[in-house]
Amino acid sequence: MSVIEMSGLRKEFTVRVKVGRLRREKRVVTAVDGIDLRVERGEMLGYIGPNGAGKSTTLKMLTGVLMPSAGEARVCGLRPVAERTRLAMRIGVVFGQRSQLWWDLPLRDSFDLLRHVYRVPAGEHATRLARCRDLLDLDEFLDTPVRQLSLGQRMRGELTAALLHSPEVLFLDEPTIGLDVVSKQAVRGFLAELGRAGDTTLVLTTHDLADIERLCHRLVVIDHGRVVHDGSIAALHSRYGSRRMVVAELDAVLSEPPELPGAPLQRVEADGHRLVFALESATVAEVVAGLAGLATLRDISIVEPDIEEVVARLYRAPVEVGGAAVTGAP
Amino acid sequence: MAEPGTLTGPAPAVAPPEDERPAGRRSGVLGAYRALLGAQARSQAAYRTSFVVDLVGNVGATVFDVVTVLVLFGVTRELGGFTLHEALVIVGLSSFAFATADLLVGNIERLPRYVRTGLFDAVLVRPLAALPQLLLMDLPLRKVSRVVFGLAVLVASVTSAGIHWTAGRVALVLVAPLAGVVFFGAIFVTTSTVSFYWIDSGELANSVTYGGRDFTSYPVTVYGGWFRALFAYGMGFAFVSYHPALALLGRADPLGLPGWVGWAAPGVALVAAAIAALAWRVGIRHYRSTGS
Repeated sequence: MSVIEMSGLRKEFTVRVKVGRLRREKRVVTAVDGIDLRVERGEMLGYIGPNGAGKSTTLKMLTGVLMPSAGEARVCGLRPVAERTRLAMRIGVVFGQRSQLWWDLPLRDSFDLLRHVYRVPAGEHATRLARCRDLLDLDEFLDTPVRQLSLGQRMRGELTAALLHSPEVLFLDEPTIGLDVVSKQAVRGFLAELGRAGDTTLVLTTHDLADIERLCHRLVVIDHGRVVHDGSIAALHSRYGSRRMVVAELDAVLSEPPELPGAPLQRVEADGHRLVFALESATVAEVVAGLAGLATLRDISIVEPDIEEVVARLYRAPVEVGGAAVTGAP
Repeated sequence: MAEPGTLTGPAPAVAPPEDERPAGRRSGVLGAYRALLGAQARSQAAYRTSFVVDLVGNVGATVFDVVTVLVLFGVTRELGGFTLHEALVIVGLSSFAFATADLLVGNIERLPRYVRTGLFDAVLVRPLAALPQLLLMDLPLRKVSRVVFGLAVLVASVTSAGIHWTAGRVALVLVAPLAGVVFFGAIFVTTSTVSFYWIDSGELANSVTYGGRDFTSYPVTVYGGWFRALFAYGMGFAFVSYHPALALLGRADPLGLPGWVGWAAPGVALVAAAIAALAWRVGIRHYRSTGS
């Protein structure tokens, strides 16, 4: 049995839109438009899409916060809204923009409170907290009131809070939003460790595709409430023809564009001082060797496949919504 | 880096835990609520000075209710057919019931804020009922002073009103204030659920809750027509203080309702509570959360 099952999951909101000076019109907005998805135990799923695509709404339906308008969702075999409190015992949730912690109390107190809320035996709780303290370097701010923590520190606290009851599924909604680079690395490193252990299923929504590249083997892209891609990141790249790039900075401008086998020239920038090659069959070493014979290299850098760009292209692709073609936000 | 396997797997046996109780599920839930209450008390203690100021300031509002009645009796000897001492029994019942309900349940009127700040979502992903969590996590302990004052007015008024005490009236004087608390609590919860549908509905809710408090501070005979019919019997506010006071004082209802109506207060309170529970359950399914 899959840990998460969604069939025909829909969520509609009625909004009142101003038309004219006084008149308001009811309009139905479909946030999630019939999603069918299965997630197996231990999978790490990246769930991405542009703003308003329905990512958070899906997560809220899976965690029992929102009632679906139609369709069905099962998490750990439970119906999220009807069996909310039972489900809550078995899942962990981190909302990047809302907190599970007690603002005015030391971080340590929040963990102790959650031990009571989730009825975790003290011994188990202590062991898990010790692991998190170690992996997330919590010790230096464990006695600081949460309101005084930096965003990065708070997020490390949120992650710990979501894991102390040993959930089977961890839902993360924008866990790295607003974090500095170091904190992002810490959070990603921690989640990667968690994934390696293998028994926690992880569902992650994010704007930062580096999160996905680092953590998730499976990528689900949604737009206008529908799944537009479901597969590996590699599959996404091959489907949209994105490749790694080699950017070479040259001292002198070449008289004619260089021909390197297996690495077609993509762009010429900086008045010919910067050349961008796509890696098809050639290796980085071959490109460097080929260029070194032609000119003096000042600098060389490798740009990983720009998933961001691929996804942006995906969003721009027209999607059929309610019979009319609607173009996604750029 | 430590071995992360135990993060999610069953914890290995470590040093024996100090307070591990093989408690049943029910007591576990109560323990959780107790922990939430303790956290709220400690959070408020973080702002000790403002807590004391609030504690004192909060008496003011309730004192005002009593002073209003005293001032009214400065210009008239009877109010809606009731003497000062009789009217004070009504004020006492109303003040105590409202102050206590306001302490225990009143913060639910901040539901729109809980929705906006995301606290409501946070509460929904925990393995506890949402309403008790919200009430305990934001319990305004500074309002305790109002309850104490309301209770003082109630005790002073019933002891000085010349009530002919029977066993039934002793029972009523204990039960009626509690029924009033339940009734006002139900009003708070029911009106708050409006914000599941319209997020900015605070003023509408306030007009019912605080309007209800003011309404119950006076004998319903001072009101007239459809207004009395709606608030007193349509919504049931007459059962908070007016009818129980009549029964305690042994007075016949000038409006002609039979004497047993005063004893119906607990029943009315339970009906109100049932309606509130239903409204909450329906409302929570209409909950829309916020954008992110």
